[in-house]
Amino acid sequence: MSEMSNESTMVNNVIASSATRARRLNAEEIAEIEHEMELYPDKRAVGLEALKIVQKHQGWVSDESLLAIASYLDIPVADLEGVATFFNLVYRRPVGRKVILFCNSVSCWIMGCDSIKEQIEHRLGIDFGETSEDGDFTLVPVPCLGDCDRAPVMMVGDDLHRNLTPEKIDQIFEQYRKQLTADG
Amino acid sequence: MAKIVVDGVEYEVNPDNNLLQECLSQGLDLPYFCWHPCMGSVGACRQCAVKQYRDEEDKDGILVMACMTAASDGAIISIEDSQAKDMRERVIESLMISHPHDCPVCEEGGECHLQDMTLMSGHNYRRYDKKKVTHRNQYLGPFINHEMNRCITCYRCVRFYDDYAGGTDLAAQAAHHHVYFGRHQDGVLENEFSGNLVEVCPTGVFTDKVFSDHYTRKWDLQSAPSVCTGCAVGCNTTPGERYRSLRRIVNRYNSEVNGYFLCDRGRFGFDYVNSDERLQAASKRVGGGLQAFDEAALSGLLTEFADGEMIGIGSPRASNESNFALRCLVGEQNFYSGLADDEQEATQLVLEMARDQAFHSPSIREIESCDAVVVLGEDVTNTAPRVALALRQAVRNRSLDLAADCNIPAWQDAAVRELAQNERSPLALLSSYASRLDDVASDCVIDSPAALAQQGFAIASELSNQAAAAESDHGDTVKRIAQQLKAAKRPLIIAGTSAGSIALIQAAANIARALHESRGAAIDLCLLVPEVNTLGVSLLANPDNRLGSALSRLAAGEVKKAVVLENDLYRRAPRAAVDSALAKAEQLLVIDQFETATTDQADIVLPSTAFSEHEATYVNYEGRAQLSFQVHRNYRGARPGWRWLMEDADGNVEDLINRCAEEATAFAKLDDLLPAAGDFVASMKIPRQSHRYSGRTAMRSNVNVHEPKQPIDDQSVLAFSMEGIPASKDARLMGAAWSPGWNSNQSISKFQDEVNGELKQGDTGTLLLERSGSGQWYSAPAQAATPAGELQVAPAYQIFGSDELSARSPTIRQRMTDAYVSIAPKDAERLGLKQGDAVSLNGNGSLATACIRTRIKPGTAAVYCGDGQINPHEIGDSVALTKSDVAGERSLSGLIVSDLYEEDY
Ligand code: SF4
Ligand code: SF4
Ligand code: FES
Ligand code: FES
Repeated sequence: MSEMSNESTMVNNVIASSATRARRLNAEEIAEIEHEMELYPDKRAVGLEALKIVQKHQGWVSDESLLAIASYLDIPVADLEGVATFFNLVYRRPVGRKVILFCNSVSCWIMGCDSIKEQIEHRLGIDFGETSEDGDFTLVPVPCLGDCDRAPVMMVGDDLHRNLTPEKIDQIFEQYRKQLTADG
Repeated sequence: MAKIVVDGVEYEVNPDNNLLQECLSQGLDLPYFCWHPCMGSVGACRQCAVKQYRDEEDKDGILVMACMTAASDGAIISIEDSQAKDMRERVIESLMISHPHDCPVCEEGGECHLQDMTLMSGHNYRRYDKKKVTHRNQYLGPFINHEMNRCITCYRCVRFYDDYAGGTDLAAQAAHHHVYFGRHQDGVLENEFSGNLVEVCPTGVFTDKVFSDHYTRKWDLQSAPSVCTGCAVGCNTTPGERYRSLRRIVNRYNSEVNGYFLCDRGRFGFDYVNSDERLQAASKRVGGGLQAFDEAALSGLLTEFADGEMIGIGSPRASNESNFALRCLVGEQNFYSGLADDEQEATQLVLEMARDQAFHSPSIREIESCDAVVVLGEDVTNTAPRVALALRQAVRNRSLDLAADCNIPAWQDAAVRELAQNERSPLALLSSYASRLDDVASDCVIDSPAALAQQGFAIASELSNQAAAAESDHGDTVKRIAQQLKAAKRPLIIAGTSAGSIALIQAAANIARALHESRGAAIDLCLLVPEVNTLGVSLLANPDNRLGSALSRLAAGEVKKAVVLENDLYRRAPRAAVDSALAKAEQLLVIDQFETATTDQADIVLPSTAFSEHEATYVNYEGRAQLSFQVHRNYRGARPGWRWLMEDADGNVEDLINRCAEEATAFAKLDDLLPAAGDFVASMKIPRQSHRYSGRTAMRSNVNVHEPKQPIDDQSVLAFSMEGIPASKDARLMGAAWSPGWNSNQSISKFQDEVNGELKQGDTGTLLLERSGSGQWYSAPAQAATPAGELQVAPAYQIFGSDELSARSPTIRQRMTDAYVSIAPKDAERLGLKQGDAVSLNGNGSLATACIRTRIKPGTAAVYCGDGQINPHEIGDSVALTKSDVAGERSLSGLIVSDLYEEDY
């Protein structure tokens, strides 16, 4: 593998070489991608998993990371970009330390998610697709978190928050603020 | 044959096709977007809905997509059904919901399939008044403009670029209402066939950037059927002119040659025609400089010059007519093809094979139908690009077989590709360096040309014990390739003259002969030559007349005069040999389009017309002669080469073609190309301008308010005018295809006898050569040892740069790279060379840039000479490389290779 990766990390095209260059994948990323490669017959199929792995480690998928994955898997970077941009939850722009997955689908809408969103906007100063100025939060809409019976629902990082009310929003984010400050 | 009923009318159709294709073949109008005649169906756009009925009793029917439904016997459908019509109207409305209202400023306007389909489907009022989705456009290089807002998400672009042409840097991105077709970031579209996007995209997303810079509507272009002069494939083109400048080139359908697609050299390599660097006036050398002749002196010029013996050096980039006229002037014994000596020898061998009954020279369409291919030492992507595109289709024959086994029709494109995954018909590439086809090759053997020839001989001896045995370093591969050829329904061997190795051609012939022996049938042997008329001029010249001997005759003072026709001799022979010959020549007359090192030596320089400025014939790699019409006049002093050379300056090109057919052996069928007088209505001429051609009375009023008389064409059946009988049925004389309601290039189906078939009354050219020879076996030459410290030379070529004329095109120049020498990392290390270093070749002053590649055999150097930067005839079979301290002004920018070595990573 080492020889292949050496060859395939070469930029495909001299014209493009002045543009973005691949970053190096770190050992953990490589180990996890290698593991996925054992599970699929085709390297192309590993693309999505590799994007998720890199996102897990880096928080998002930068152009440099995208090139690195494409080179490592020896697949066209345009194709990988097709996969990356197809999925809303593969982040191709930097995100805050916590991503808010905010459900605005039917049940949550019936249960008044609009007012919840207003509250978030008010509190954090961000709309969908935006990151708060302090870099703590990014707000992303999702269609249904599968918890409709306790709508409105959102996730912050890995935590699920149910039966939201505008008041709850203030409490929740107050806590995260504290936690994030404590974490530095 | 099957019978189907469409709106109550019965048609005989081919059940192997889908309903859409068969409806179009029958001349019916049915809107579509995602289907493409040679890319099949994916059912993505839902535009081709029709009603299908179970039987005659069924009055309700169901809506089906015509492109996704087989034209099976007994099918009853309706295009006119109101539900079907309604569906189509709604589909197009939703497809173009975010489409801008920008037809007046869109380059597609007037030849836009989307415009045609809105009209055809009845969607002529737009109801959507909300905010539209908009996109950011990308920089895609010097050839193509990007305007994503116009996209209707038919997916044709990626299906062509990725699936058909093997591109990797264009993809569908994002999802639902913001699907995007582009690169992962701004940058040059790398694929050599990117220009076809302009014609494949049914809207104005991908448009021709060069055309856009001096834009003219299709109906305002003056056009005529023409032939690409970029290489020996001879793709058919439609150049368009307005305001005395050549504006663009688009594909012209020829079922046997280029089909629907051109390469980017052919499409974008034309704008040298408009260059101010073109030679403009007949002139003679006075003192050190050139001085224009006056008209009076001009008339007596040739008579005076032609007195006494002279040598005539023709050219593979000049037409048959000009070469023939030169031959008439100087006599056969003094006429030389103008090919380099080694290339001439190789070309003669190609001609020998072209007359051998054991072989068949396949057209591009035939190449596509071959199911096992061996390419011996020819970098087709860079020497005959359209062949590379055909090979990408040839490897798909395996998937079509697999599909047939599963009862999946060939036109079900997505299903066939899904089924086949990475299964392909075998394509073995024996090459000196990694090529742009490696991704679809079953085997890549990378070695020096001499070693590759050995492999070729070894494959032949594997197939027949009559073929001489040969050593091979790649025994298993050789066996496998031989097996694949043996097992194939239609094997194909490709080689050519570009590798500079006679042995490679002989090895290819041996393989084909071995196959012929066991099969009895003629075997496809495709031998490529580099230039548009290499075969034509080689058929006109005596094979024993070598350029080297012409130069020595001049140098020795045996002959004192020479005429050089559209040929820069410094590209054909070592500098010293040309210098001494030209220095000795007392009178040198050179005809060319541009100043070259050769015109610099001339006593008389005569400017010649470019491909679009004259009517001419050329012979392609198959021996197919094709006629190319004049598109527009040259408004400066240039004349066709033959016109300078004939005593009768008023001569007619068609008379000359007839004379060539009578007098030149092998050209007997040349006059078949000429349209017969009886072909025309009331012997009216065919207009080069469309019936909508606008502004004729006004277009030159900035110069003079009087409308000038239209120029008279006394040469051909076409007129520089909009009057006459348009070639609306005779596709052979049709420049731009157009049919009522079909303004885009999709109108071509109206001119085909069936979709993808021949053009009605069409002409695919004339194969000149008869096969009667029975040929011989060749044996592998002894391997010459390479001098210590030197590297074996493998000539390398670039699609942008290796063709002399297109390399003069400002558009192509933006994609050209300087001379380079590719070597393996090991050799680079030994020689102390780094990527991009200036390298001196044989210490003789030739400079190239070091290009270190991982996929090249250590011990070989692939030398790309650039556009005349290095004289290839001064480099032997091996070369000594040294690092040069001349500060490198040259660079590798523009080079697209997949295996560039990057040490620092
Ligand atoms: S860019 Fe053109 S070809 Fe591609 S999907 Fe859009 S409309 Fe179709
Ligand atoms: S350069 Fe050759 S392959 Fe390309 S369009 Fe012209 S004839 Fe065809
Ligand atoms: S709709 Fe919000 S969780 Fe299902
Ligand atoms: S043409 Fe039939 S669905 Fe697109």
